[in-house]
Amino acid sequence: MFDATALNRRSYRAQGIAKAVFCLMTVALVVPVLLIIGTLIYKGGPAISWEFLFTPPRNGMTEGGVFPALVGTIWLVVVALLASVPVGVAAALYLSEYAPDNLLTRTINLAIINLAGVPSIVHALFGVGAFVHFFRFGTSILAASLTLAVMTLPVVIVATREALQAVPQAFREACWNMGATRWQTIRKVVLPNSISGILTGVILEVSRTSGETAPIMFTGATAFIVFLPESVFDQTMAMSYHLYYIATQQTGVPEEITFGVALVLIGIVLLMNAISIGFRVYLRGLKKW
Amino acid sequence: MVDATSGAAPLNGDPGPRYDEAPIIEVRDLTISYGRTPALRDITLDIYRHEIFGIIGPANSGKTTFLRALNRMDEFNPGMDVDGTIRINGKDINDWRNVYALRSRIGVVFPLPVGLPLTVYENVAFSPRLRGIRKKAQLDEVVERCLTRAALWDEVKDRLDSLGSLLSGGQQQRLTIARALSQEPELLFLDEFSIAVDPVTTMRIEDVLKELRSELTIVLVTNLVQQARRLADRTAFFLTGELVEIGATEDLFERKVEDERTTGYIEGRFG
Amino acid sequence: MAATAAAMDRRDLAWYTDRAARVLVFIGGISAVVFILGIFVFVTKEGLDFVFGALNLREFFTSIEWRPTSNNPTYGALALIVGTASVTGFAMLCSVPLSLGAALFIAEFATGKTRETLKILVEMLAAIPSVVWGFVGMSIMHPLIIRIFDVPLGLGVLNAGLILGLMAAPIMTTIAEDALKAVPDTYREAAEALGATRWEVILKVVIPASKNGLLAAVLLGVGRGFGETMAVLMASGHAINLPTSVFDSVRALTATIASELGDTVYGSDHYGALFTLGILLFLVTFVINLTADVVVRGIRKK
Repeated sequence: MFDATALNRRSYRAQGIAKAVFCLMTVALVVPVLLIIGTLIYKGGPAISWEFLFTPPRNGMTEGGVFPALVGTIWLVVVALLASVPVGVAAALYLSEYAPDNLLTRTINLAIINLAGVPSIVHALFGVGAFVHFFRFGTSILAASLTLAVMTLPVVIVATREALQAVPQAFREACWNMGATRWQTIRKVVLPNSISGILTGVILEVSRTSGETAPIMFTGATAFIVFLPESVFDQTMAMSYHLYYIATQQTGVPEEITFGVALVLIGIVLLMNAISIGFRVYLRGLKKW
Repeated sequence: MVDATSGAAPLNGDPGPRYDEAPIIEVRDLTISYGRTPALRDITLDIYRHEIFGIIGPANSGKTTFLRALNRMDEFNPGMDVDGTIRINGKDINDWRNVYALRSRIGVVFPLPVGLPLTVYENVAFSPRLRGIRKKAQLDEVVERCLTRAALWDEVKDRLDSLGSLLSGGQQQRLTIARALSQEPELLFLDEFSIAVDPVTTMRIEDVLKELRSELTIVLVTNLVQQARRLADRTAFFLTGELVEIGATEDLFERKVEDERTTGYIEGRFG
Repeated sequence: MAATAAAMDRRDLAWYTDRAARVLVFIGGISAVVFILGIFVFVTKEGLDFVFGALNLREFFTSIEWRPTSNNPTYGALALIVGTASVTGFAMLCSVPLSLGAALFIAEFATGKTRETLKILVEMLAAIPSVVWGFVGMSIMHPLIIRIFDVPLGLGVLNAGLILGLMAAPIMTTIAEDALKAVPDTYREAAEALGATRWEVILKVVIPASKNGLLAAVLLGVGRGFGETMAVLMASGHAINLPTSVFDSVRALTATIASELGDTVYGSDHYGALFTLGILLFLVTFVINLTADVVVRGIRKK
């Protein structure tokens, strides 16, 4: 066998050190997540009860629960999805199934990257300028949800495009050769075989949308309102804004309640995220081809 | 040795190719290039009704490209440049207002079987459904007829609802033939269909093709010289994008050829 | 038979449906471009009156006097720019090495279950909403910093920088990992066949081959930190100040908009000034994203 020379041994030691250092770096990144979640559960856990979830705040938010904020977040997310999913799926279909490799396509891709990269507060300004004032929706669920929809559009587009491109090209070719139009091919073969991947992206979008604060602060979210929203033109409370408000603007809110609100919010977000991840892992083992 | 007589022997009631009628496919000065690289140069040939037209040649000689041009699949290949004229039934294919109707008249079978991710039944019912056939009884009838004609019915009639991709390779290839037949095509293109199929199944499919000749016209691209000899009425030899030789299959194998390269390829000296 | 074929050449419902679908899908396709232009147009439009009116460029970039609500309002954004820069800079100082190290570990050393778990944890890190991060900064980090460093206030560059670093880490890790994975295995095998250890291969082959991707990852991380709003607003102390130490409170551009927009009158100078900050943010992130894209495109060309 080969002898381990001094040089050899040294380079193996360097490798060992490198591996240990990088491992520590990774740990330094992921441990805070666990610590944060742990602390939120530890401090906010005792606040969580059915009553907390299903009653409105009382006594200047120092007592009671989060019901109106929870309902408001659901409204915002649903309306945002209704707006962004059709547009996002259409955009992904265009990019995956139609777009030639030309300047326009490159421009679209660049626009998607930028849409994802523009600061959320700039999206908020856009929402105020466009939806609240220009289209005269006022500060309403509609204006806030459309702002969220524009902001999270890249999530849907990117996930959908990935799901569409995972469908083997041979299926499309077979369909086209049978005389199916592009649309028939998409509807009968491409979409049915990518729908679960698209769903994964949509769930991820739910996760993103429900946690956003800046885009809704000036477009539709309000600090306190007793009534639940009845239409998209109403203002609403929202979990994320509620957390911001009681943490910074309202004094005398017991720690247990603020931590409880944070825990519910992060619970929604991580639950959705976990469903999305789980779904993806499950799908990987379920391919029909 | 292989049977010396070339081409499919006429079966009962099969009058054979109609060389006296106008050709079903007329190709004139067809040149195809991908970007700057020409894949096919100046092809001119006719294909007649009810013949099995063989195309032989080594890899990369433009055989598949030729088939793709005939049903305007270049639309889906950015960068594929088609120049020249192709007429089917006397009509320039570029004059079709509804190119999908053109493609639906042409069944295509690929080298590797492409079962759509659907059940056996749905694979065959796919094309009829596209044409708007909805009635279950009618679909049942089409599925059974096409599977029977592709010599697959007996093997799959009890598992019509299982995924097509669960069948064996040979069965899948017959499934794609059944699917092509469900289009009720005038033309059937086969592109090296036996590449992933065992010899016994290959023979069964060849028998199916011989029977089909009485109803439609078959263009058979093959890398197996002897397969062309067994099936084709006439055969063309493509080499690096050029049509080197075209003629009755018999003549090619009897060395009544104009170009030495044809004999060289047929006898396996290159390719 | 020729007659039948010709008779079939009709534009049927399927043909028209296909055409209609093509148009609809195209509209969806260009929507992203429409929206990005829309953002630019609307943010600029609302800021324009201010830009051509009360804005004094010299004051804007050199003065730290941001007093939009005083009787004699001044709009000096220097402290805000410095605030954003210091927090982002500190965040990157902590986060870039960690993120790239983590990317290296996940891409080159970790295998199987460990790898999957780490990737999922990084994804969870990315999922935590910014308002929760801000809350963590206020309620967990703030007292912690006071206790550890014995300073009077725990909200400042240190707090916001650490939070921001963690927030920007997932995007950097993910993109960097993609870049490392994109280096063909044949490179690695060739070097390993010459007797190099894995670490030598990484150092001499993988990192040089993926340096553009790593650079793009860092750029996107900077963009993310630069544009972050809620977390910075809540964890930075939000005081107009040129920081001299990491414990000083600062105020970021994004946070200024978030905290003041609600109190402005539509169309006023103050309103316009905040939109002008928005224009600045939009342009800077646009340039960062564009640069990252060009850098990445550079790799693909090779």
